[in-house]
Amino acid sequence: MAIESEVLVVGGGLAGITSAIAAAREGADVRLVCHKRTSLRQASGLIDGLGYVPSRTDTAASETITQRRKDFRTVRSSRSEYTGPLVTPFTEIEALPPTHPYSILGEDALREGLALFDEMTGEMYLGSHTEKNALVPTFGGTVKPTARYPRAVAAGLASDSRPMTIIGVRSFTEFDARQVADSLELAGVPFDVTGAEVEFAEAFGADAKITRVAKALDHDEPIDGTPARQALVEAVEPHLGDAERVGFPALLGDDHTTEVRADLGDRLGVDVFEIPMGPPSLLGLRLEDRLYDALDAEGVRFETGNPVVGYETSEDDPNRIESVWVDHKGREVPYSAEQFVLATGGFVGKGLDSDRQRVQEPVFDCHVPQPADRYDWFVDDAFGDHPYARFGVRPNESMQPLDAAGEPEFANLYAAGSVVGGADIAREKSASGVSLATGVVAGRMAADPVDEPSPRAE
Amino acid sequence: MTHTVVVIGGGATGTGTARDLAMRGFDVTLVERGNLTEGTTGRTHGHLHSGGRYAVSDQESAIDCMEENRILHRIAGHCIEDTGGLFVQLEGDSDEYFQQKLEGCAECDIPTEVISGEEARRQEPHLTKRVERAIRVPDGAIDPFRLCVANAADAVDHGATVETHAEVVDLRVEDDQVTGVEIERQGPNYLGEGCEGQTETIDADYVVSATGAWASQIAEMADIDLEMAISKGAMVVTNVRQIDTVINRCLPKGEGDTIIPHETTVLLGANDDPVEDPDDYPEEQWEVDMMIDIASEMVPIVSEARMIRAYWGVRPLYDPNPDSTKDSGDVTRNYFVLDHAERDGIGGFSSIVGGKLTTYREMAESAADHVCEVLGVDADCRTHEEPLPGSSDISVLEDRMDDFGLRSPIARRSTQRLGDRAPEVLDTDEPNPTVCECEAVTRAEIQDAIDDVGADPNGIRLRTRASMGNCQGGFCSHRISAEIYPKHDAVTARDALDQLYQERWKGQRHTLWGRQLSQAMLNHLLHATTMNHDADPAVGGPSVDYTAFDGGRAEPIEGRHGD
Repeated sequence: MAIESEVLVVGGGLAGITSAIAAAREGADVRLVCHKRTSLRQASGLIDGLGYVPSRTDTAASETITQRRKDFRTVRSSRSEYTGPLVTPFTEIEALPPTHPYSILGEDALREGLALFDEMTGEMYLGSHTEKNALVPTFGGTVKPTARYPRAVAAGLASDSRPMTIIGVRSFTEFDARQVADSLELAGVPFDVTGAEVEFAEAFGADAKITRVAKALDHDEPIDGTPARQALVEAVEPHLGDAERVGFPALLGDDHTTEVRADLGDRLGVDVFEIPMGPPSLLGLRLEDRLYDALDAEGVRFETGNPVVGYETSEDDPNRIESVWVDHKGREVPYSAEQFVLATGGFVGKGLDSDRQRVQEPVFDCHVPQPADRYDWFVDDAFGDHPYARFGVRPNESMQPLDAAGEPEFANLYAAGSVVGGADIAREKSASGVSLATGVVAGRMAADPVDEPSPRAE
Repeated sequence: MTHTVVVIGGGATGTGTARDLAMRGFDVTLVERGNLTEGTTGRTHGHLHSGGRYAVSDQESAIDCMEENRILHRIAGHCIEDTGGLFVQLEGDSDEYFQQKLEGCAECDIPTEVISGEEARRQEPHLTKRVERAIRVPDGAIDPFRLCVANAADAVDHGATVETHAEVVDLRVEDDQVTGVEIERQGPNYLGEGCEGQTETIDADYVVSATGAWASQIAEMADIDLEMAISKGAMVVTNVRQIDTVINRCLPKGEGDTIIPHETTVLLGANDDPVEDPDDYPEEQWEVDMMIDIASEMVPIVSEARMIRAYWGVRPLYDPNPDSTKDSGDVTRNYFVLDHAERDGIGGFSSIVGGKLTTYREMAESAADHVCEVLGVDADCRTHEEPLPGSSDISVLEDRMDDFGLRSPIARRSTQRLGDRAPEVLDTDEPNPTVCECEAVTRAEIQDAIDDVGADPNGIRLRTRASMGNCQGGFCSHRISAEIYPKHDAVTARDALDQLYQERWKGQRHTLWGRQLSQAMLNHLLHATTMNHDADPAVGGPSVDYTAFDGGRAEPIEGRHGD
């Protein structure tokens, strides 16, 4: 017996959840399946819309890869320039290449995606009060533009002129707070900034997990006899100086983070904020929890832990997918649906796979445009314009993945998120925006396939 | 009177020669244009040869290899892993050549044992079922970085000066006699002295060029015509150690058919193709593919392994009889001390060329002997007797792991790397977290390396292996930068990050498929999305009009003080 739904979403990241909720709101009966929960533990938790656009000049033809020594400064200074940081994510969309999902869908899709995100996350995120991007300090000592940010990072915005102190924890290695402060100063931020490395939670051992420390703060557990929050306050106080706001690596609690932040702020007499971190990212994990609550609230059934391993087309129409096969510990169970959304992620989420010969989309083998020669997948500069960063399926304006001839691969398949190509989400700072824009369109089209796509914004 | 000698080249031969001369009482200055090991030494296969490879075609080299192999076990135990080696004969491989190999080894005093295919597969279960029999030889793996650093450190202990990032831009020649070298600094040396662009002249009674593949360029500075027969070879690095023995194919024409276990990885390589310029030659896709395909014939599982990077090296070969050599694979692996007084009429200068990493010490000894002879100094070589720093028994140190409060795998690997220096490096009152998780390198080791090499991230990498694992610096290059910061300023630490990230990319891009492509994307997201390193206004990124952006909400933010 096949498990049935009207819309089946494959993939449980930001794009999959967005498309499932978008489809459910159109009245569809939606089910979501995914293998691993999400890659949000690797994401900063910021919701980027569009922060930079590639320069309009043609990029230099790729050079032969040789042994020739190149100074990193030469590489850095000859990097093709991106325009930005953009004050708003909407004004430069027309500067993007025509194959970019924003170019295909138009800026309204991004607006709708962000609006849906605001509804899904409620009070947890800020930024919807303005069209402008916010500049958030990064743990790399620079600032980056983003469209939405967790309330936890709000007091750290770089356009705010209040003096700032950044706190690092000696037994953590991700950054040195004094270096971050010096680097922000070099970046020309409009406020005074100092940094301090403090002794905190060393009793947990040198390689304590950040999540372990967060739990200790959640429950104000004693560390070496002193309650965790008090211990942190005592460590930080001597370094405050004139600062009116103080930033920590994102480890200030998990389930009770709002309370931890407020409590620390009260005791220190300053605003407290968190700096988004790499994996394991607490800001990403907190967002993941919130999104799954939203999915639940919309009545979407979801299951995680089982991969989709194949599909079957309809007997009378090879152009229609009838069901996908989900591997339940070695037993393959068919999940049938009217419409399918592919939101399996990019190379990180394993929605794209590759070997020495080619890049492919492993579930439906959708066409992924790519240079034939593997050595044309990348360029010399580690931060250059890498073709691989833009790999993915190519969609039409309904988010149907297209085959090599430009026709939809299947009549009832839509794609969303990083499995979609055309964007270098890392350099553009557009990762979440692309997931939201493509997710909202794919979900809506899947729920109501006869609906005409919204006209492209000119 | 003490004679001054300048040794050019900071590879194994150069540091070995500097050590040897310093031990014999010379006033030695070693100059290297980049880091120690930056040339061929840092780009070898790390194969401690038994000589078996050359036992048929190049017996002189084979004999040298075996002799030096024995000596290195005595003086540099902490740089060697005694893996043993196999020459495997697969179905269809020549019986006659197998026999020749055995006899050749006997003639060169290389101990061998013939084992059945079955036994070979018991020793190395991933060997192909097509293996018919194998010859056991005392091959091993050698860490060229540790070896080179130990030689340089010992040279310094014997009074030598080591100038890194000091490129020789000219040889001073007066009346057909080389009297010194002119250097241009490429950056501060490892002690942080000097700065980029500075030029200096170093006087010398004698100059030894131990520049290997670059010997032509140095000789040309004295108008000497020295033609090298250099050739490139690609090596591909896997992320798993599927074999524990050095595997060679028992075939007459060996190209790309050696698999060597190193720490947590396996190295496949290497082809042998002539190149013109050691600094500028193509790194090609077919080479990477060929290494994987040939290795997979012997160990099929290799084709499924995750490849984390590829790198190329140039062999410093010299062909005394170029007219009779057909193929670059046939050029002798023997070494030559070329006295330019005798050969070219330019005194005070010789070049040591050819040879193998395994024979570096003997090469250094010959070069030093030659210097003694020319300058009329009577002093014996002691490098084959005196162990290198850090080489005493490391098992003693492993018992002391608990002293440093380290979990065992990390501590074991640290002590393996550090040898008898482990106590002094790891004994710290500060927290000692892991900085590089792939290779289990702790802060104390990184700090120790920074004390040695300054803000040079590649120097730190070579000493500690930090950033050499799966993530290829994605998760640790910024951490290493943060470790550099307290002793150097933010600009220097930021530059170190870029330098390391770009250097890691250089090798990683050659294996950009499968899981390594996923890793590259994850690194790209962490560094460009989360940290915004690609558009950093502090290092030439676009400048920012801060006031134009969202300044936060007008109404009070929850959690803000005073709410």
